[in-house]
Amino acid sequence: MSTFVSKLAEQPTRGRGRGSSIRTWRLGDVLVLVAAWAAGLTLCVVVAAVVIYMGVRGIQYLSPSLIFSHPAAGLAQNQTGGFLDPLLGTLLLAAIGIAIAAPLAICSALWLVEYGRPRWLTRVVESAIEIVAGTPDIVIAFVGLALFQLHLFAWVSEVGEGGGITGKSFLAAGAMMSLIALPPIFVSVRNGLQGVPAHMREAAFALGKTRIATIRRVLVPSVRTNIATGVTLGISRIIADTAIVVVLLGDTLRIEPQAHGGLPVLGLLKGTGSSLTSYVYDNSPAGESGAPQKAYAAAFVLLMFVLSLNLLVERIGRAQARSSGFVGAVEGIV
Amino acid sequence: MSPTMTELEQAFDPPRHEQVPPVRTIVLDRTPEPVRPPEQREALRPASSVAGPERLRLEDVSVSYGATGSLGRRGANAVRSVSLSIHQGEVLALIGPSGCGKTTLLRTLNRLTELTPGARRGGRILLDGEDIHDLEDTALRARVAMVFQQPNPFPMSIFDNVAFALREQSRRRPRRGELEPLVIDALRRAGLYDEVADDLHRPALRLSGGQQQRLCIARAIAPRPEVLLMDEPCSALDPISTGVIEELIHQLRRDLAVVIVTHNLAQARRVGDKVAFMYLGDLVEYGTADQVFEEPRAPRTRDYVRGAFG
Repeated sequence: MSTFVSKLAEQPTRGRGRGSSIRTWRLGDVLVLVAAWAAGLTLCVVVAAVVIYMGVRGIQYLSPSLIFSHPAAGLAQNQTGGFLDPLLGTLLLAAIGIAIAAPLAICSALWLVEYGRPRWLTRVVESAIEIVAGTPDIVIAFVGLALFQLHLFAWVSEVGEGGGITGKSFLAAGAMMSLIALPPIFVSVRNGLQGVPAHMREAAFALGKTRIATIRRVLVPSVRTNIATGVTLGISRIIADTAIVVVLLGDTLRIEPQAHGGLPVLGLLKGTGSSLTSYVYDNSPAGESGAPQKAYAAAFVLLMFVLSLNLLVERIGRAQARSSGFVGAVEGIV
Repeated sequence: MSPTMTELEQAFDPPRHEQVPPVRTIVLDRTPEPVRPPEQREALRPASSVAGPERLRLEDVSVSYGATGSLGRRGANAVRSVSLSIHQGEVLALIGPSGCGKTTLLRTLNRLTELTPGARRGGRILLDGEDIHDLEDTALRARVAMVFQQPNPFPMSIFDNVAFALREQSRRRPRRGELEPLVIDALRRAGLYDEVADDLHRPALRLSGGQQQRLCIARAIAPRPEVLLMDEPCSALDPISTGVIEELIHQLRRDLAVVIVTHNLAQARRVGDKVAFMYLGDLVEYGTADQVFEEPRAPRTRDYVRGAFG
């Protein structure tokens, strides 16, 4: 008996056998393989070129003083300061946009997947989100401008002398930015919820929980990573947006809070400023100020932001796939 | 002393005069015992328990799905006119081929079929004398618990999983100190406490399949239900985990009525005190395990337990 078993153990085990040689393939299949490789490599080369070019130029002109000093109006380059205010403007816009978009998107996704009645309303909501996702941001910007110049929304921005409402402020821009961030968060959370297996919900019901308790205690924690992924994608879209900033933010060099009797925060929200994207636009050869070195530096910082956010999304997705028993949907770069 | 290869070969293949092609022999642990006649067969399970009070009574229950299926048309029903009595201290095993309605019947007992739109139910189901239709569904499901085929612990810690059903039972939130002894007691009753005692706040999803299923059982029995429904609880598990859970069911039936749906006839025999055989929605046979497996009254039952179909 033992010799039988030991004979089994002595035989060497082998890995993969022989694959099929490309020489035996049909011409069409070979062409497709070559085209796929070519496309992939071209994409990698293009992306690498952009990143390397921006990196080289950016590092050339980037210095810590640029990041941490305020911009100033001036004629010579060494008087115009850095881009601290645009940087803060970008972060402030992202914060406002996410603060508005995240609760809306999560709640709509929850309603859509968990309740979903009446049916026609779910179709309307899904179409609405898709329309918003596909609308060019300049259109959203001008809709925002028209909206916030109404008397109804005078509180959102400044009222100039003579009663003209500017309609431009951080609040206005942030509100429109939330529309930009809404679709990624909604889609991510919706896919995550649809990925939760039915027996998970049934187990919660079978323990005597109401539907709302199940949502609070089981479903929302299950899609934590989907929420994080969606929010990160939303932030990166907000950061990258230029049109809304140029139209709705007033484009002042420094952050100018509106002189206000009340809370300073409110004054800040109603004030004007700029973001990194508008700063790059202004300083590029296409804009007014013409300080291309600063534009490169700012563009480099912007690119680093976006790259690190995408890395974060990938990290979150991998951590989730490893730790959870079931695989929720992980959103890619959409 | 284990037999040698030649002894085994001779046991299976006594030498014959003609040259026959050699039969491939199988390596065994020990010589197999011959099958004994029924009179000498010992019970495969420990002695059957004493039936306690009646917990669930089904009276003429029918279930149908779909907008077109009505209870009048016999063809569209998933379950047709089933009447059963389920007692504490007993394990009722529901057996039958796929599509016979046993899972539907199980899910009707805690009104989980209501989650499917278009499901309709006829007849009455009484839990301790009360019609379950009139009870609040959350109150019903606290008394009739369910364990599913796939182990499905929530993405929280082990402690939070078991405490899940215990929280939100009363108006005020119970403190952790109050919950802890209840959680430990449930884990002990489910036979999992010794393996997880060192760290109850580990994420539940890191446990193995068998441990996760026992955690689901602990979670289900934590609020001290009266009936435990199990929908093929071992079909996703390996034999060792299956054995552990079957042993657990033996112990649990003292305090609960257990209803287990299984497509594994051997398991039904090991675990069930009473067995109900269903076929295409009808309850064909109901009796003790020995009756249904040894002396079935209906020919269809006899064919099924012999393995002629299903």
